[in-house]
Amino acid sequence: MNLICELDDIRPGDETRVGGKAVALARMAADAMAVPDAICLTIEAYQWFVRETGLQGRILLELNRKVFEEMRWEEIWDTALRIRHRFLHTPLPESLRAAILAPIRERFSGRAVVVRSSAPGEDAAGSSFAGLHDSFVNIQGLDSILDHIRLVWASLWSDRALLYRRELGLSTTESAMGVVVQAVVAGEVSGVAFGVSPSDPSQAVVEAVYGLNQGLVDGDVAPDAWILGREDGAVITHRPARRENAMRPMTETRGGGVHLVPLTEKERSLPPLSPEKVSMVFDLVRAAEKHFGVPQDVEWTFRDDRLFILQSRPVTAGAGADDSRAWYLSQHRSFENLKALARRVKEELLPKMQETAQEMASMDLSGFTDRELASEIGRRRTVYSEWKQVYWDEFIPLAHGIRLFGQVYNEAVQPEDPFAFVDLLKGTDMLSLRRNRMIREMAGMIRADDGLAADLASGELPAGGPFAAAFDRFMDRFGTTAWGSGVVQDRDRVIRMLLSLARLPEEGLHDAAPRRTEDMEASFLECFSGEARVQAREMLAVGRESYRLRDDDNIYLGRIEGHMRTAVEIGRRRLAAPHPGGDPEGRGLLTAALKEDDTGVPAPPAGGTAGTDDRDPSLKARQIVGQPAGPGLVRGRARIISGPDDLFDFQAGEILVCDAVDPNMTFLVPLAAGVVERRGGMLIHGAIIAREYGLPCVTGVPEAVQRIATGDEITVDGYLGIVIRHFALA
Amino acid sequence: MTTPKEFRHQLRELFDSQQLAVLATDAGGRPYASLVAFAATDDLTRLIFATTRATRKFANIQENPHVSLLIDSRSNQVSDFRDAVAVTAMGSAAEVSSDDWSPLRDRYLKRHPHLKSFVDAPSCALLRMNVAQYYLVSRFQNVTAWEISP
Repeated sequence: MNLICELDDIRPGDETRVGGKAVALARMAADAMAVPDAICLTIEAYQWFVRETGLQGRILLELNRKVFEEMRWEEIWDTALRIRHRFLHTPLPESLRAAILAPIRERFSGRAVVVRSSAPGEDAAGSSFAGLHDSFVNIQGLDSILDHIRLVWASLWSDRALLYRRELGLSTTESAMGVVVQAVVAGEVSGVAFGVSPSDPSQAVVEAVYGLNQGLVDGDVAPDAWILGREDGAVITHRPARRENAMRPMTETRGGGVHLVPLTEKERSLPPLSPEKVSMVFDLVRAAEKHFGVPQDVEWTFRDDRLFILQSRPVTAGAGADDSRAWYLSQHRSFENLKALARRVKEELLPKMQETAQEMASMDLSGFTDRELASEIGRRRTVYSEWKQVYWDEFIPLAHGIRLFGQVYNEAVQPEDPFAFVDLLKGTDMLSLRRNRMIREMAGMIRADDGLAADLASGELPAGGPFAAAFDRFMDRFGTTAWGSGVVQDRDRVIRMLLSLARLPEEGLHDAAPRRTEDMEASFLECFSGEARVQAREMLAVGRESYRLRDDDNIYLGRIEGHMRTAVEIGRRRLAAPHPGGDPEGRGLLTAALKEDDTGVPAPPAGGTAGTDDRDPSLKARQIVGQPAGPGLVRGRARIISGPDDLFDFQAGEILVCDAVDPNMTFLVPLAAGVVERRGGMLIHGAIIAREYGLPCVTGVPEAVQRIATGDEITVDGYLGIVIRHFALA
Repeated sequence: MTTPKEFRHQLRELFDSQQLAVLATDAGGRPYASLVAFAATDDLTRLIFATTRATRKFANIQENPHVSLLIDSRSNQVSDFRDAVAVTAMGSAAEVSSDDWSPLRDRYLKRHPHLKSFVDAPSCALLRMNVAQYYLVSRFQNVTAWEISP
C-alpha cells in the first residue's frame, strides 16, 4: 500500500492519488522553485483509515439523517461538527500509525510543520474552492501532527465543503483527501500575489505583511498592497497599510499555534517589501503562471532574503461568489475579528438598542398630533429596519464565536458529547431566563391570592402593592415585545398569560438546570499553556458573549419592533375613530404613513395548511428524524403552538411543538416536558432554552406542525433526534 | 411529507424490484420468520405468496391468520443505511378462495413465471394477505404509516 510519498515521487496527473495541492507543490519543486520541505499522505491513507475504523459508515449515517435540501445551514454546521468530532475520537489504527509515523519522524522530528489539505480536484483550473478544507500552521510534536492529519481529513466534510458538495462531487463512499505535511518556513515577511487582478485583467497584485501570512489570509492583519502592470511588472500604486500586528508562531506553547504580536516601531514605519522584493514576488507569480499555464494565486514568504513559494492555485473569483452560499462563507470569522465584533456589540450596539427602546417607551403617543404621530411612525419604521440590518450584519456573524469555541474545546478536551461545550457557555444569565423568573414570580402571587386573580380576570390591575410593582417592572423590561407574526405582547396579553400560568400547579415547572462549570472551565484551560492559555481564555469569553447574545438579541430587536407596531396600532385606531374638526392634512399624512409597507416583517409562521391538498388521513408519519438538540427521552401529549393565542391553552407536562420557538414562547418552556421544532440546529433559541431547563429537544423536524397534531401522543428522543407518534392499530 | 400517491409509487417500485419477502407468522405465541416469493395486487391492498401445505408457516396461519411481511431493498453494503427502504405490511392471510384463484394466480405467476409448476402442484397453497397497514422505513429511521381502509 502506498500511504505516504515524497514530492519527487509525484507525477503530473497524480491528483487522484495525492490531491491537487500536493501535485502543484511537486511540480514547482521539480522545476527548482523554492518550496518548503514536504511529504504527502496519499488519499489511500484516508481511505484505509475510514474503512478500517468504520468511520465511513458513520459519516454516511450523519450525512443522510435528512434530505440535504431540507437542512438549514445551522444543521449543516452541526453535522460537520459531529463528523469532525468522530474523526477526533477515532484513533489511527496501529498499523496505519506505524506506517506514516516513521517517515514523518525522520523528516520533521523537532520541527514545526504546516498540515495542509490536498483534495483531489480542489484546485483544478476553473474550480478553485480555496478555503473549503482546513490547513493548520505551526504544528509541533509528532502526536500533534498526527492529530492534525485527522482534522485535515475531517475537513473533507467541513460545513463549507458540504455546501459545495455538488461542485466538489462529494460522495461518502468515493471522496477522499490527501494531506501535505510541510516544514514551516517562518518568514520575516509573507503574503499573497495574484498573477491577474480580480478587478482589472491588465494588472497584477502583490500583498505583504510582516510575519506569517496566516494573518493576511484570515483578514486579521491588513496588508500593504502593490498594484502592478501585468505585462511589465511596473508598480502602478502602492497602498500602505496601518501596520500594527504580525501573526507569529507561538514559541512557549506545546503543540504550537500562532498568535498576533505587535510590530516594532521600525516595522510600523517601513513597508514590509522593498521595491526589489516586490519585483521578485511578481516574477515568482509570473513564473508560476508559466509553469501551470493559467494565472496563479500564490502564497509566499521571505526568509533570510530567500523567497519561498508555499502554495499556488489558479486565480478564481472565489467559491460561489454569485450565490447565497457566499454569505454563509462570509460568516466564518477569525478569532481576532470576532473579538473586535464582540466588544463592539457589547459596548456599543446593545446599549444603543436599549436606549432606543427606552426612548420610544417613554413617549406618550396619545398626546401626539396626527402629523407628529405620522412622522413618529415613519421614524420608528426606519429605526427598526436599521436595527434589523445591524442584526444581520453584526449579531448573526457573532454567532460564529460559539462555533469557533466549540471546535477549540472539542479539540482540546475531546469530550464524548460534541456539544458538551454548550454547558460551559450557558453560565451566562440570559434575558429570557430572567424574564421567565419574573413571570413565575408574578404567577405565584396570583396563585396565592384569589382576590388578585379575580381582579385581573375582570380586567382590573391593582393600583399599588407588590404585584403592581412587579408587573410594572416586567412591562418596563419585557413588555411591548413583538411576536414573530407581528402581534405585540401588550398588557392584556401578559395578564392573560399570567392568569393561565397561575392556574397550573407550581410543581409542574422545571428549574433551569444548575450549573457546575468551574471544573469544566478549569480542565479546558489546563489543556493549554502560556500564550495559548491566554488565547483560550479569550475564546471562552467571546464564546460566552456570542451565546448570550444569540438569545438576547431577539428580545432587544423584538422590543424595538414592538414599539414600532404599537405606534402603527395607535395610528390605526385614531383613523378608525371619528375626528370632527381635525387637521385634514395631518390625517392625510397619518393615512399615508400607515399605508407604507411594513419593512421586512416576517410572514406569519406556517400553520397547518401547507400542502393540505395532498393530505390524506390514511397516511401518517410514525417516526420523524430531526436533529438531537437536547438529550433526554419523554413521552407525552403534543401541543402545537403556531400563534400567540395558542399559548394560553398550554397545559403543564405537554410537549411543545412549533415551527420555531419564538422568544415570546419561552415562558412555556419550563412548563413543557419536551420541545420539538421544525427549524433545525443545536444553537437556535429553542434548543438553547430547552438545554437550559434540561428538557429533551429535537429540532429540524420537517413539517413538524403539519405532521404532528395537538393531542397526539408522541415520544421525543433527544438523544437520537427522533420524534415518534403513537397511534393504535386499526 | 410524501403524498399518498408518492407513497404508493414508492411501494410499487420496491415491490417490482424485489422477489422475496420475509414472512412472520405466530408459532403458538412465538414468532416464526420465513422467506417467501411474493407479489402485490395493483391496488396494493393484497399481497400474494405460496407455500406447500405441509410447511410450518402454513400450519401457523391456519391457527392464527395475523401475519406480517417485510420487503426491503438492502444490498448488504454500508450505503444501505442511506439508500435501502423497508416496508412492513401487517394484516391477515388466508388461502385464496376458488373465486379469486385464477386472477391472483395469474398475477403471482406474472411476477414469478418459473414457479408455475410449484404453484400448480396440488400440494401447494396460494395465500393472499389482506393488508391493514404498511410501514415504510427510509433513510434508516424515517417511518411513515399507511392505513388501508377495509
